[in-house]
Amino acid sequence: MDRRHRANPGGDAIATACHRDTTRRGIGQGHWTAPDAASNLRPMLRYALSRLVSLTISLIVASVVIFAVIEVIPGDPAAYMLGMNAAPDTVAALRRELGLDGSALQRYFGWVGGMLRGDFGVSYTYRVPVSELILARMEVSLPLTLYALILSTAIAFPVGLIAAARRGTMMDAGIMGATQLGIAVPNFWFAMLLVLVFAINLRWVSAGGFPGWDQGFWPNIKALTLPAVALALPQASILARVMRSSVLEVLDQDYIRTARAKGLTRRQAITRHALRNALIPVLTIIGLQFSFLLAGAIIIENVFFLPGLGRLIFQAITQRDLVVVESVVMLLVFAVILVTFLVDLAYAAVDPRLRRRG
Amino acid sequence: MRVPLTLMLGAGLTAVFAAAALISFLWTPFDVTQMAIAFRLLPPGGVHWLGTDHFGRDVLSMLMVGARTSIAVAIVAVGMGMVLGVPLGLLAAAARGSLLDEVIMRGNDLVFAFPALVIAILITAVFGPSALNAIIAIGIFNTPVFARVTRGAALSLWTLDYIRAARVAGKGPAQISVEHILPNIANLLIVQGTIQFSLGILAEAALSYVGLGAQPPTPSWGRMLAEAQTMIALAPHLAIFPGLAIVLTVLGLNLMGDGLRDILDPRLRRAR
Amino acid sequence: MTLISVRDLSLAIAGTPILDRVSFDVQAGQIFGLVGESGSGKSMTALALMGLAPHGATVSGHARMNGTDLLSLPEDRLTRIRGAEIGMIFQEPMTALNPVQTIGDQVAETLVIHAAATRADARTQARARLDRVGLSGDRFPLSLYPHELSGGQRQRVCIAMAVALRPKLLIADEPTTALDVTTQAQILDLLRDLVRDDGMSLLLITHDLAVVAGLADRVAVMQAGRIVEQGPTEALFRTRAHPYTRRLFAASSHQPARHTQTQDTPLLTVTKAHRTYTLPRHSLFAPAPTVRAVRGVSLTLRAGESLGLVGESGCGKSTLTHAILGLEALQSGEIRLFGRPAGPGMSNDLRAGIQVVFQDPYGSFNPRWRVEKLIAEPFHLTGRPADWRARVATALTDVGLTPADAQKYPHEFSGGQRQRIAIARALITKPKILVLDEAVSALDVSVRARILDLLADLQAQYGLAYLFISHDLHVVRAITDRVLVMKAGQIVEEGPTTRVFTAPQHPYTAELIAATPVIPPDWTEGADDDSRALV
Repeated sequence: MDRRHRANPGGDAIATACHRDTTRRGIGQGHWTAPDAASNLRPMLRYALSRLVSLTISLIVASVVIFAVIEVIPGDPAAYMLGMNAAPDTVAALRRELGLDGSALQRYFGWVGGMLRGDFGVSYTYRVPVSELILARMEVSLPLTLYALILSTAIAFPVGLIAAARRGTMMDAGIMGATQLGIAVPNFWFAMLLVLVFAINLRWVSAGGFPGWDQGFWPNIKALTLPAVALALPQASILARVMRSSVLEVLDQDYIRTARAKGLTRRQAITRHALRNALIPVLTIIGLQFSFLLAGAIIIENVFFLPGLGRLIFQAITQRDLVVVESVVMLLVFAVILVTFLVDLAYAAVDPRLRRRG
Repeated sequence: MRVPLTLMLGAGLTAVFAAAALISFLWTPFDVTQMAIAFRLLPPGGVHWLGTDHFGRDVLSMLMVGARTSIAVAIVAVGMGMVLGVPLGLLAAAARGSLLDEVIMRGNDLVFAFPALVIAILITAVFGPSALNAIIAIGIFNTPVFARVTRGAALSLWTLDYIRAARVAGKGPAQISVEHILPNIANLLIVQGTIQFSLGILAEAALSYVGLGAQPPTPSWGRMLAEAQTMIALAPHLAIFPGLAIVLTVLGLNLMGDGLRDILDPRLRRAR
Repeated sequence: MTLISVRDLSLAIAGTPILDRVSFDVQAGQIFGLVGESGSGKSMTALALMGLAPHGATVSGHARMNGTDLLSLPEDRLTRIRGAEIGMIFQEPMTALNPVQTIGDQVAETLVIHAAATRADARTQARARLDRVGLSGDRFPLSLYPHELSGGQRQRVCIAMAVALRPKLLIADEPTTALDVTTQAQILDLLRDLVRDDGMSLLLITHDLAVVAGLADRVAVMQAGRIVEQGPTEALFRTRAHPYTRRLFAASSHQPARHTQTQDTPLLTVTKAHRTYTLPRHSLFAPAPTVRAVRGVSLTLRAGESLGLVGESGCGKSTLTHAILGLEALQSGEIRLFGRPAGPGMSNDLRAGIQVVFQDPYGSFNPRWRVEKLIAEPFHLTGRPADWRARVATALTDVGLTPADAQKYPHEFSGGQRQRIAIARALITKPKILVLDEAVSALDVSVRARILDLLADLQAQYGLAYLFISHDLHVVRAITDRVLVMKAGQIVEEGPTTRVFTAPQHPYTAELIAATPVIPPDWTEGADDDSRALV
């Protein structure tokens, strides 16, 4: 072990551990010779920075893909938007309006630059700035997605934990059966059943619509509850199963046996040691679920006649309003990438081993 | 070998729907293209076991033909995901730690940022809606799933001594991937394939529900639900039966996947 | 004074008996050694005493400590005894600690759980316990996470946790098996000190007779769930009353009869080999860290010779082995095989001349292939001859198996038999050099002795040259003519095996030899006579 580069009191210990890790990964063996120049930066910050770089790269590549599909593949977007029978001068006018005269590269940078300034272009059908349209629709879609995410997590955590703690009992079998069914139910069909039962038969809530946030908090929450439940239950089923298997896997680990040998009860071993470790794979699934919930929200808005992004984008597709489609898709992808970034940060908060890597 | 109950139940359900889809090629109780306004919105029972829709078409017959669409779309999409994803995963694992591995995995992460629905929206916006769109969208979405599962399993095999022994015997990465890696992860891929198949059924239903999948007159479960929605108070059976068909098919596939994992996975673990 | 008295402890899992009427006493302030080969039930005995036997195990018998029978206590009483009256440490320190909790919190938890200290107080005491096990506060603050420590340091943390409340009994289940020999010596010293200074008793479970010889006051030998013999260590070692004990001793000090004829022809030469790895970047703004695994190694292996390469984990011996086998490239230096340059791109006929046996008898074979296909795999290098089946049959016979075994699958064989199959596979292309990469390290002593005999026979029969890589000095001494000692990527000493072991010249070699536990030679007089019975 080369001790020249001890960066901090534990540095040599850290080096030993790193070196063990690499041995186990089979990369190589030996001893350290290179100093870690950035070791003065706080590890967490360094980790966040490196994730931020990767987020930026993802966004750039995603924007190129979306731009290529929408603006390059169809040939002339203006002609495509106006349909077969459009007069040539109308097409030319639209081309000017959309700024399609430049090269693909110029248009791409124009588009990206605009988005960075908050300018998403003007909708061809609505004749208003796309940013205004999106902002208005986001007021529905975003709260709906978050509401569903919170519901799903709040249901799945205790349910998965109980099933794991009571492994092999009737309770476990019941929960596993219910979640198996929950996974199989399409959320939009479940939404229709909820409407049938609670709006049409019981008349507890209206079948759809959205009052708008200027009408106060609770009326809107009420309007979003059925859609959120419909979205959340299938996802909660998946999450509960992941939670259960994750806890069970952690309970098999050596350090749980160590904890029991220290005198912890089974319950204490679960709450003090298993939970936080079990959370690591669960976080991945929560991150993935965000994109499913977002997509699900877009679909389920149809069932409840909610004026969200979903309705905006399906109308835009029908009307061939590519400006809107392009922007909404970019926004959705941005949201998913952003959540992945946040999940990465959450990982590092839970798992100290990650803070060191990049 | 003892066959688990879940596997039998799952395989049974799956077989029922597969049979319904196959039989629909030869025979359905009624012609699904035949409209009979006089017999519209009949409740279940009588001649039309599951009732009729607003055009007087037989719901059972439409479900049978719809099964065909769902299963075809899901199978082709899963096949596409496997054909693209498995070689990518094998390649990434064989080149582990290299730039190629990094590029493949980052590419995977990127595709994960595009939910199947978003891909379908992009394709539809440019090419118009069709069942093919649904296949491509679900197939693209499946690719990184298979790539990741393959790479993960292959990586753990690459550290084993029998792979090293094969290298000492002069075999290259391609030959090792085909001879040693692929057969030993096949179980895992079968199980994952079953899961992706069931997700594919759900995704196809969702896409045709919002009009991005199969187009009229091709019957599909998702579109039957979309059409039933406006009449849900009037004729709830139109919404209930297609939904049940989806639930039972997906449930069957999931149970089958779980059962397969139970009998295939322990051996896979012991082999490590 | 008897601290714990175990009587007729039996245990079965799903009807399969694991322990059969195990009885022994551990005296206060003494070290009791429980030795046996894998599967003998020694770990299960410890878990049963702790009340931590696997789910579904049925336990009977008594284990009296302070007048209470541990085996009949309800779970809530047991939790108060675990950690307070009886502490326990396990074999694998790399996984024994919670990876997301600091070492300070984990040591303090023992005190908090048993309400022996307030939270703040517990941290002060945790600090004291960590100091006691040799992890001083300046280098090992409480805020460290397990991944920042080496295996030996983690085992020290485990010990600190286990002895935090000064239990009367510490159970150590193979506490040093996963550690390097110098680290093992330090951990064993620490355990001995704890017993002497704190008046604690130690139940030491190990497969290693030499570890027990240097440490335990009394020893019990376990075989297939029973204690076959027990007594004061020296007396038991000298008399070896039970046949199994005799066999075990013979095997562990076994010296295969070797007849090597080293010739002067060099088959393998390594000249100034260098290999540096680039590790994954920690940061985008700093150069990626590197590890210099092999630093200027030169060696020569002659025809018919048996050359040992010893070193602790991380010394670079695996990297060097992989480079010699042409699995990895060097950055500088040269490897020549049979006079021709070797490396990842070397020709098949060159590769056919050097084959390898790896450590893991379970991971060494594709589980889906039959033995004949497995053994025939290296024919890829030479083209499969028409009589390949006959060649496979010969190879199987050579390694002590039967031609009929060719149709079986690897899971039908025991660990020792699998190592024989691996040797058959390595010999199928009639190589001149056999690389044995920790080839007997995963085997129990009795199986190991037989494989060493086989290797000695094969060497005499085919005039093979062996490159024997191992961390185990006993084995290297038994099977090699010449030995290289490797440390931190360099060869620090080289010479005839007997000379290096009796008169080491480099301080590191001396340290390695001093750290290796040995049974006092006069205790085992006559043990080797029994070895014939074994073969």
